[in-house]
Amino acid sequence: MDEISPFPEVQHQRALLPEGLALDCGAVIRPLSVAYRSYGTLNAAKTNAILVCHALTGDQYVAERQPVTGKDGWWEAIIGPGKPVDTDRYFVICANVLGGCMGSTGPREEMTDENGVGLGRPWGTDFPVVTIRDMVRAQKKLIEHLGIDRLLAVIGGSMGGMQVLQWAATFPDSVFAAAPIAAAAHHSAQNIAFHEVGRAAIHSDPDWKGGRYWEDGRIPAQGLSVARMVAHITYLSEAALTRKFGRRLQGASALTFLEDVFQVESYLRHQGSTFVRRFDANSYLTITRAMDYFDLANEHGSVAAAFRDTPTRFFVASFSSDWLFPTTESRALVRALNAAAARVSFVEITTDKGHDAFLLDEPEFHRALGGFLTGAAAALKI
Amino acid sequence: MAGEAIQYVAKNMRLDLRLIAEMIPEGARMLDIGCGDGALMAHLAAEKRVDARGIEIDMGEATEAVAQGLAVIHGDADNDLAFYPDGAFDYVVLSRTLQAVEKPREVLRQMLRIGRHAIVSFPNFGHWEVRLKLLFGGRMPDTETWSRPWYETPNIHPCTITDFFALAELDSYVIERWLAVDERGLKAPWRRSVWLANLFGQQALFQLRRK
Repeated sequence: MDEISPFPEVQHQRALLPEGLALDCGAVIRPLSVAYRSYGTLNAAKTNAILVCHALTGDQYVAERQPVTGKDGWWEAIIGPGKPVDTDRYFVICANVLGGCMGSTGPREEMTDENGVGLGRPWGTDFPVVTIRDMVRAQKKLIEHLGIDRLLAVIGGSMGGMQVLQWAATFPDSVFAAAPIAAAAHHSAQNIAFHEVGRAAIHSDPDWKGGRYWEDGRIPAQGLSVARMVAHITYLSEAALTRKFGRRLQGASALTFLEDVFQVESYLRHQGSTFVRRFDANSYLTITRAMDYFDLANEHGSVAAAFRDTPTRFFVASFSSDWLFPTTESRALVRALNAAAARVSFVEITTDKGHDAFLLDEPEFHRALGGFLTGAAAALKI
Repeated sequence: MAGEAIQYVAKNMRLDLRLIAEMIPEGARMLDIGCGDGALMAHLAAEKRVDARGIEIDMGEATEAVAQGLAVIHGDADNDLAFYPDGAFDYVVLSRTLQAVEKPREVLRQMLRIGRHAIVSFPNFGHWEVRLKLLFGGRMPDTETWSRPWYETPNIHPCTITDFFALAELDSYVIERWLAVDERGLKAPWRRSVWLANLFGQQALFQLRRK
């Protein structure tokens, strides 16, 4: 692969919070910068806000063109005027997670000391360990900064769903409705294993330099690309891969035994090479670690205990071919919510698109989510 | 009582659901097991401010109910009731499903653990038409109520009204009220004579609690 330099700096919309944030690991980050975007209009009573939480490699550009890649917003399938998350009715906010690389405080941002003084170099690997709860606390500060007491809903898929659960467990009075999609109450051993393969690939890159690759203006592109390739396989399903690529060759009709390339190989290489042009390796390490640490039962004794007496209503959805966050995890979550006497809706959507299905065109899922939000808004007379 | 007309609370709702809707008071917490598309739940939430939750085994119907904003989960009576806490509900409803679950006795037990009252409706296998068809035809009955062939029917635990009284006796349940109606609800319900209800009632409805 050709030498790749870090992706360009972009001006992101941010909220700067000088008081900073105390993290679960004990460190303090000051000041705290939360990059975010919003769509729609906040009503006078400030009751129609919906927070969308992005997944591992997502960002705040959920319903508009991403400035670095030029691609469509990652959840435009459900967010927009007249869509299930209707920007004509709701004020939709999406923030870049703490530890991300799209403008929120993270490994690419300038390192500061505990007094908030800048040190003239990026955090890099000196960025502290963050948890999903830290990410949620940062989002809470953003919401308070925007003058909102209670969110109508918090919605997210995959790691976004973990954040949704963390929101409901940590700030129950600030979340009226919670929709964790294709999520789980903890990361399984298999999921941690896949993340570890990705991290090991990054660490083995010749340009890794102990995480200080930014000193030379280079990135561990090969390692990060491989990490993305293996992760991307976990987001799909065997059925979908067979359907999309099968055993077809790229640009040839028969094997020649000289540099044959299958279509699926070409696809993965493309996924890898485009990824390194928009995501930071240290951010990838930071955020995958946060997902691996996430364990609601551990925090509270049990998942049911986490949601005892919760005033929040839940919509849980899973996808039948998702083997990364399988239906069994969502069902266990639903049973724990039942044990906590919480108000729950739960559906499993039949699809062959694997974990990625939550981002794609799934009409049943969209109808169910839209109906859940409409019901929630009606209950609050919004 | 015999001259009482059935009050139709919602014209388009299935008969037994209408009757059940009348039995649930304002503001109650209710679980509807086998709620289908949530018609009963939606009606009670709108008309009587009932806090209604549902379980439905058919994913398509469950999704439809959720799309209406109802608190319905995909699940089934045999496996999912164990996860609810004791006394979580005032009323637990199982309409026209008792005969289709794997373990009816256990399901009833769970219903009365998680709810103060259980409301159960089921088709009565003791109806005269069923008895006649078996007696003279020598074949499993094919009636308006029992219309699926024996090799395809989901109704694996058929019972009669008298059978149900016996089960309630066996497990020490108090029957708070009961009635039997014909399929279309055109006649006044049977409420006084169990023997007559067992012969002429097509659908039975019971409200129970523990002793």
